[in-house]
Amino acid sequence: MKIYSERDNGVLTVSLSGELDHHAARNAIPEISRLIDTELPVNLVLNFERVSFMDSSGIALVIGAYKRASSIGSTFSVINTSKQAYKVFNAAGICKIMNIKEPDAITVKN
Amino acid sequence: MNILNEVSITFPSRSSNEGYARAAVSAFAAQLDPTLDEIGDIKTAISEAVTNCIVHAYPECVGKIYIRLRIFEGNILEIVVRDRGKGIPDIAQAKTPMFTTGGEDRSGMGFTIMESFTDNLKIRSKPGVGTCVTMRKKISMRIGGLSRERHS
Repeated sequence: MKIYSERDNGVLTVSLSGELDHHAARNAIPEISRLIDTELPVNLVLNFERVSFMDSSGIALVIGAYKRASSIGSTFSVINTSKQAYKVFNAAGICKIMNIKEPDAITVKN
Repeated sequence: MNILNEVSITFPSRSSNEGYARAAVSAFAAQLDPTLDEIGDIKTAISEAVTNCIVHAYPECVGKIYIRLRIFEGNILEIVVRDRGKGIPDIAQAKTPMFTTGGEDRSGMGFTIMESFTDNLKIRSKPGVGTCVTMRKKISMRIGGLSRERHS
């Protein structure tokens, strides 16, 4: 899994690329924590556009990032999730609380 | 129920094999002509089961994970994931959403997702002996399934 970050004013956008499973999350979770701690964003955006697969490891990653962002008063959102990833988030019932955007029904992906 | 096809896969509980397990199971399931959504469900369910073996069954060692896949008449895929690891002392507790012994990096949603992404989930476990998870999923029959006729 690759992680790219971009900072624009107070907005920190973290883009993930690849399959987000337990194997990938072990490195991705500390990396995202480190980015939040060093950049101290006002708004944190996790971009899932290039996440080709996600299991419950992604739930732990998002909850962890949400907690860390909240602790420094940053807003939080997850954008561009695939249908598959959104279904996993939805099973955990965290979409509304963590501001996880529903996949665009019109856009055909994969 | 008539068994139409079956394969068995054994591999060590290294996290780098999680992607392999998903790819192997979806390759086998492909003969049922699943939709993209169904393939997504199957990959998610197997990923959860294999991750459980790696994180919980063999927490401090590398052990073997055994997968058996079978196709039954009526377009039903069965996935059995077995380990000879630690076992689960309390299955009801392990199935509780958000319960985990895996720490901050785990969500405790594994069994909940296996349950909601398949039609049937059975867990058998004995502490010190191992765990066996069986999942079944019916794959929709698509109208005008020319590809299926060609296979049979």
